[in-house]
Amino acid sequence: MRAFTYERAASPAAAAASARDAASTAFIAGGTNLLDLMKLQVMTPSRVIDITRLPLKAVEDTKEGGLRIGALVPNSDLAAHPRVRKDYGVLSRALLSAATGQIRNKATTGGNLLQRTRCYYFYDAAKPCNKREPGSGCAAIGGFNRIHAILGASDHCIATHPSDMAVAMLALDGAVETIDPEGRTRSIPLDRFHRLPGNTPRVETNLRPGELITAVVLPPPPPGVQIYRKVRDRASYAFALVSVAAIVDAAGGRIRSARLAFGGLAHRPWRVPEAEAKLAGATIGDAAFTAAADAAFAGARGYGSNDFKIPLAHRTLRAVLTEATRA
Amino acid sequence: MDGSDHIGTGLRRRKVLEAGSAALALNIVGSETADAQQPKPRTRPDADIAPFAVTLRINGQDHPLTLDPRTTLLDALREHVGLTGSKKGCDHGQCGACTILLNGRRINACLSLAVMHDGDEITTIEGLGQPGRLHALQAAFVHRDGYQCGYCTPGQICSATGMLAEAKAGAPSVVTADLTAPTELTDAEIRERMSGNICRCSAYPNILAAIRDVAGAAT
Repeated sequence: MRAFTYERAASPAAAAASARDAASTAFIAGGTNLLDLMKLQVMTPSRVIDITRLPLKAVEDTKEGGLRIGALVPNSDLAAHPRVRKDYGVLSRALLSAATGQIRNKATTGGNLLQRTRCYYFYDAAKPCNKREPGSGCAAIGGFNRIHAILGASDHCIATHPSDMAVAMLALDGAVETIDPEGRTRSIPLDRFHRLPGNTPRVETNLRPGELITAVVLPPPPPGVQIYRKVRDRASYAFALVSVAAIVDAAGGRIRSARLAFGGLAHRPWRVPEAEAKLAGATIGDAAFTAAADAAFAGARGYGSNDFKIPLAHRTLRAVLTEATRA
Repeated sequence: MDGSDHIGTGLRRRKVLEAGSAALALNIVGSETADAQQPKPRTRPDADIAPFAVTLRINGQDHPLTLDPRTTLLDALREHVGLTGSKKGCDHGQCGACTILLNGRRINACLSLAVMHDGDEITTIEGLGQPGRLHALQAAFVHRDGYQCGYCTPGQICSATGMLAEAKAGAPSVVTADLTAPTELTDAEIRERMSGNICRCSAYPNILAAIRDVAGAAT
């Protein structure tokens, strides 16, 4: 690990202000991904600002009937929160499907959104990686790319976002609340929070330098069945090859509305309004499910070792929709 | 270079070869006199990085330390306080050998900075039980032969301690059918909840049996 100075933030505003100028500053909360990457010298901040003592640990009902989740709420606490288990089951299940009991006790809501890809070449400092070292190339393109993206990738980067939590929050229409170095606060809808790689894969979110996540806000729970289905190489403690967060409201043989978000497929949690539109008002059955899957993965492209993800995603979505509409 | 011999009380003395300096420091593991014989820090802070003063409260005792901020909680426990029960396996949160309890909750000590834990209550395997007064899980692992080489065992036992507390508090897991129903620790639940602890000897059936014994006794 490279040497760094350690500071403790006195307030969210002070933390953001303190991080304003330094491109080499990192906030640390759970640290479960940051320290992993610092040990490998993939991340080498010269200043580390400890935000764990900030008052961002509450889960509160909003006056609209939704939920405000403090940025420092541990993943385990959020998954076990009575309101989340009752009203936002897709989020509880996504959180519980990720990592391990130990890591979920430490990993935070804000940190989970900001975790880095698990692309092997990003982790291996001896290999080219445009995300780690802009301009050096992408070893995953033409390399072993079993876990890589089939949607939204670029010639510069085919990495995937590893979060399960963010996929569920995207399906729930969550928004990220932040404070910037000038003390201004704003709310960023989750579908505009993470970026596609384009030609700047190093830039993964639309946060500005120093901007600190303070909370994630969920609107009131939507009607319908909530499902999180994660397909992976091991039954536990593995990242998604494909995951589907689905919220499906169906009655009397018809689907009223459906929301679908996908993990493991792209540089950000992935949502396809066109696929949801195929389901709205449709008669329950394989014809509608197939039409939705065709729409969801219309632009999918494999890179060799990950070609299997296209039919796998197709089948997983149809299985989830079958389960969600089972009478 | 890792010799050990026993002293009168059955406690183990362990000589540790200091990296770089070749100086020997004496650590007394699990001894009540460990405080008095604070081993020297293994790594010196970089000249341009200020060391950070922190007091770690470990197994009910305060340990004032001055640390390079890079020091992980695991390295602080093992190299600075001399509590070598917590093991370093992968050092990346993948194996669980370093699992300790932080304010009663299980975490990977390798994925945390020691300087972040001023004032926190840290419990290691040494604090759970000692020869002659074993924790119920320690006794169950002995009874069920829940190990071969034993390297993962402190992490397994600390993790199981935290896991049983989580289950008692009603926390669900990904294999729980009904998220709002009371927790029932079936074998499938125990396996899922313990997936952060790897055993390379593959003693899983006996680890499961040991944890099941204690889980069953607690309900």
